[in-house]
Amino acid sequence: MALILLKSVNLVDPVAGRQGQFDLLIDGGIVSRIGRDLPTDGARVIELPAGAVVTPGLIDIHVHLREPGQEHKETIATGTASAVAGGFTAVACMPNTDPVNDHASVTEFITKRAAEAALARVYPIGAVSIGSRGDQLTEIGDLRAAGCVAISDDGRPVATALLMRRALEYASMFGMPVIDHCEDPSLKGDGVAHEGAVASLLGLRGIPGAAESVMVERDASIAELTGGRVHIAHMSARQSLRAVRAGKERGIGITAEVTPHHFVLTDEALKRNGGYDTNTKMNPPLREEADRVAMVEGLRDGSIDVIATDHAPHHADEKALEFDIAPFGIVGLETAVPLCVDRLVHAGVIGLTRLVELLSANPARILGLPGGTIAEGAPADLTVLMPDVDVTVRASALRSKSKNTPFDGWTLKGAVGATIVGGRTVFVNPDVPALKVLR
Amino acid sequence: MTTATALRSRHLLGIADMDPGEIQLVLETALAMKEVATRPIKKVPTLRGRTIINLFFEPSTRTRMSFELAEKRLSADTLGMTTAGSSVVKGETLSDTARTLEAMAPDMIVMRHASSGAAHQLARICRASIINAGDGMHEHPTQALLDAFTINERKGRLAGLRVAIVGDLMHSRVLRSNVWLLTKMGAQVCACAPATLVPHGLTELGVEVTTSMDRAVEGADVVMMLRVQQERMHGLFLPSVREYFTLFGLTPERMRRAAPEAIVMHPGPMNRGVEIDSEVADGPWSVILDQVANGVAVRMAVLYLLAGGDEERN
Repeated sequence: MALILLKSVNLVDPVAGRQGQFDLLIDGGIVSRIGRDLPTDGARVIELPAGAVVTPGLIDIHVHLREPGQEHKETIATGTASAVAGGFTAVACMPNTDPVNDHASVTEFITKRAAEAALARVYPIGAVSIGSRGDQLTEIGDLRAAGCVAISDDGRPVATALLMRRALEYASMFGMPVIDHCEDPSLKGDGVAHEGAVASLLGLRGIPGAAESVMVERDASIAELTGGRVHIAHMSARQSLRAVRAGKERGIGITAEVTPHHFVLTDEALKRNGGYDTNTKMNPPLREEADRVAMVEGLRDGSIDVIATDHAPHHADEKALEFDIAPFGIVGLETAVPLCVDRLVHAGVIGLTRLVELLSANPARILGLPGGTIAEGAPADLTVLMPDVDVTVRASALRSKSKNTPFDGWTLKGAVGATIVGGRTVFVNPDVPALKVLR
Repeated sequence: MTTATALRSRHLLGIADMDPGEIQLVLETALAMKEVATRPIKKVPTLRGRTIINLFFEPSTRTRMSFELAEKRLSADTLGMTTAGSSVVKGETLSDTARTLEAMAPDMIVMRHASSGAAHQLARICRASIINAGDGMHEHPTQALLDAFTINERKGRLAGLRVAIVGDLMHSRVLRSNVWLLTKMGAQVCACAPATLVPHGLTELGVEVTTSMDRAVEGADVVMMLRVQQERMHGLFLPSVREYFTLFGLTPERMRRAAPEAIVMHPGPMNRGVEIDSEVADGPWSVILDQVANGVAVRMAVLYLLAGGDEERN
């Protein structure tokens, strides 16, 4: 692979403590030097347009790629195409495929398909329990050896306190966290929307915030008991945030992620477009304004570690069903950066440095992944952001196989310019002509 | 408040979308329609040549019969489809059912469905006027309109009346439609249920919420009872029928706390001895059968107004 010199790029890399103009020399897909006024040395010199910001490759640690088993919703190829179009150089995919990723053979299949697609890096997450049924631990050591970076029964909570205890103890041998979809099944019941005034008026069965927070508190207690590391998936309720904060103050191994839709939207969205738009149905549900505000505050003050999308593709036919029957979830990979830059950075909540922590450094640290920073000798996984470029979301134009987004038609300030994985440009935003230089 | 001259929407999906003038228009039109039932030949040619499909995805006796009768008295051509369970169980999606029916060019579709928002879904697909005959726990607008008509008939007004609504508030579409209608028309609503069956957000709509039946009935001009499903009676919502009736049953003793000349209503079907004592259901307070009679007139009014309100289309 060629020698490339990215000349005088605006770098934001909080782990390396770099912010400002640097030259990046990439040799055979590896970052060979970072510095100022590097010699050209016969390299192909690339200058990025004004306004471009280069960050360590973004990492989404909560996506559903649906393969194997639900290829009508998404495949590893279309899911990773969506990832790189969203600026993500790596994703961690949840095990609730069919079959469940509860065995090394499934992990190997996913890794093989990801290598064939050759777009974003894919880090599989293995199941905690066989079939995610909650009664028998998977061969976590074997899953680890096959490439799993964490374990989770996502889509379902880790069923019992005892299973959580054993999973945290066992996974700690491999330095892996347990990611939990926190939701008390009895409190959730057959709920389909946040329990509050909006659900009452629309006649939709409610899921209270406490359904989430009782399990976050359970997990915090068990993490304290075991000394293990628990990561709270897609946190949505303000009560949960309090539990995470309290856990962190006690020094417990607890981290948490929030999705863009939970810090941008509330249950008021269920009334939009004549009401009952199934692209506003997700689990956890869109909550009320006090919860949304709490999530924003958690992102600002550091109690929330990660922004992850919970990219959940569903076929249009499935989403065309009645609200209470339609599946939960929305796609998120291609809307995450615009929502984050517009609603967090331009809104003055956080700076780009903090955003890079949330979207790259912390995801890498929590799952023990390579990347999260730009380092000499490491693969050149880079994301080029164009924070001042407007984006209009078009569901029909998404790379994902599914188009289930509630953000169709939204105009947001903050675009992905390009995505570079291992020194190879895998995505260039066609709406930013000046980035042609990266092709 | 001025009576509207027409309905703004070609659908009736819920009372939430109506303004007081429109509600008044339906009530005044229903008054004229009620007269038809007193004629020897109970039929007018108003909707001759119009096709109405009655689509009932949930069991229904009175609402379906009431709509059918209203349609026939207006000379519409009607056909019905009744299926138990949701469209998904049948193997066809609701959207596909809607498109199939739409291809037959009906003028109106009356639908009852177990999913909240199902009527909205139909309205997005169909050119026909959609009349919501009950969607999940969301709304049952013609029930609230016939309740208002019945109250008006007895009390001469809605504004300023104290209305107690008692029963399974959480799962009731009748409650939601009535809360919208009564608060829009200036009545005071007091909703009463066991704490396990009180939905969020009622107070924000200007409703007083209490778990004391005596408090709810005290001084009420109207006591509206809601059905409590048998399956809620022996689980985590309620411990027993016996305790429910003790705490929330409408008895003659309790009715003595109500305002003089108070009326008792029930959307039916009643559970005698569960939410209401037979002595009350059949007693002088009861307007339950008036509600049934008025249902036909109110539905005639709705059909007529949604058809454009044009008289004698020949």
